[in-house]
Amino acid sequence: MTSTNSSLSNMRRLVAQLKLEASVERIKVSQAASELQQYCLQNAGKDALLVGVPGGSNPFREPRSCAVL
Amino acid sequence: AAAQSRPSALQSGESLATLKNESDSLKKKLEEERAKLHDVELNQVAEKVELVSALSIRTRRVLKGHGNKVLCMDWCKDKRRLVSSSQDGKVIVWDGYTLNKEHAVTMPCTWVMACAYAPSGCAVACGGLDNKCSVYPLSLDKNENLAAKKKSVAMHTNYLSGCSFTNSDMQLLTSSGDGTCALWDVESGQLLQSFHGHTADVLSLNLAPSETGNTFVSGGCDKKANVWDMLPCASVSCRLYDLRADREVAVYQKDSIIFGASSVDFSLSGRLLFAGYNDYTINVWDVLKGNRISVLFGHENRVSCVKVSPDGTSFASASWDTSLRIWA
Repeated sequence: MTSTNSSLSNMRRLVAQLKLEASVERIKVSQAASELQQYCLQNAGKDALLVGVPGGSNPFREPRSCAVL
Repeated sequence: AAAQSRPSALQSGESLATLKNESDSLKKKLEEERAKLHDVELNQVAEKVELVSALSIRTRRVLKGHGNKVLCMDWCKDKRRLVSSSQDGKVIVWDGYTLNKEHAVTMPCTWVMACAYAPSGCAVACGGLDNKCSVYPLSLDKNENLAAKKKSVAMHTNYLSGCSFTNSDMQLLTSSGDGTCALWDVESGQLLQSFHGHTADVLSLNLAPSETGNTFVSGGCDKKANVWDMLPCASVSCRLYDLRADREVAVYQKDSIIFGASSVDFSLSGRLLFAGYNDYTINVWDVLKGNRISVLFGHENRVSCVKVSPDGTSFASASWDTSLRIWA
């Protein structure tokens, strides 16, 4: 009896979840892709790993004092 | 009246069989809806975009100090400090500029699989085989024993695989080998919300960047990535999934790559994807065009974790070779 009740409530939850996922608004890949591209290109200038930064302003690229071993 | 007093009773017309039929037809409908939107590949849209020019990324720092595999790391919001955790049972807080070890904590267990820096920079969270996530306030007093102020926050029934503070020091999100994720109140240790849905160990989680911060994604051994409102299973490919199109839009893989990827992160603009692999390398992918731009060598064992710094000027990698590297 308990196992039937729990499979029933599991199934109800599954159906509710699937209905939620089915109701999600979706856009075409072409639109999503062009927005992804636009975001990347618009922000490229600020991406230090992509374009580098003017000399001296990336603290990890600054020369550090070296110890002689 | 009878239906109201027995909440588990069947609604009229409902039975396990009818619910199963309904779920099967919903699953089919979902597949069809998603397929209709697949009108182009991301790299086709990006055909006219210029190729990324040669990158000059090299190791700039090597952080040595752990005695065994480094399993996880996280950046502090100040873009210079990092916290790392290791199989050796230690959690270390580093100054990435000077390589100074600012704090070290010895955990009561080995395999500290997860660690995270609090947004304020004043505490770190960590855990692993102890099945817990504990928060350690960072003291300015070098002589103070950090373990004394330790606060146990999260309790799972299996290993802790991931942890992350939400927008404040007050809430902690965890993922576990017990198949669940959970949200905790740091001050009281109270479980605020638990997330069930994975059918196997959850290995990883990440919060969506936003002021309100109420979405996160988790990945598990059941090969599913779940997006939720509120140990590395390695896949040979990395996939980009767009939530608005509700489907995968790009796959980053090469026949020559036969080892799994353990961890990924995007550069600031999203154009570069850094992925750490079990063959000791880090591959840099062009997110839009889908090609691999370069391979970074340096680590002498598996790369377990990769994270870009908060302002995108560098990224850090953690490895089973017991070191961390900062790349810029």
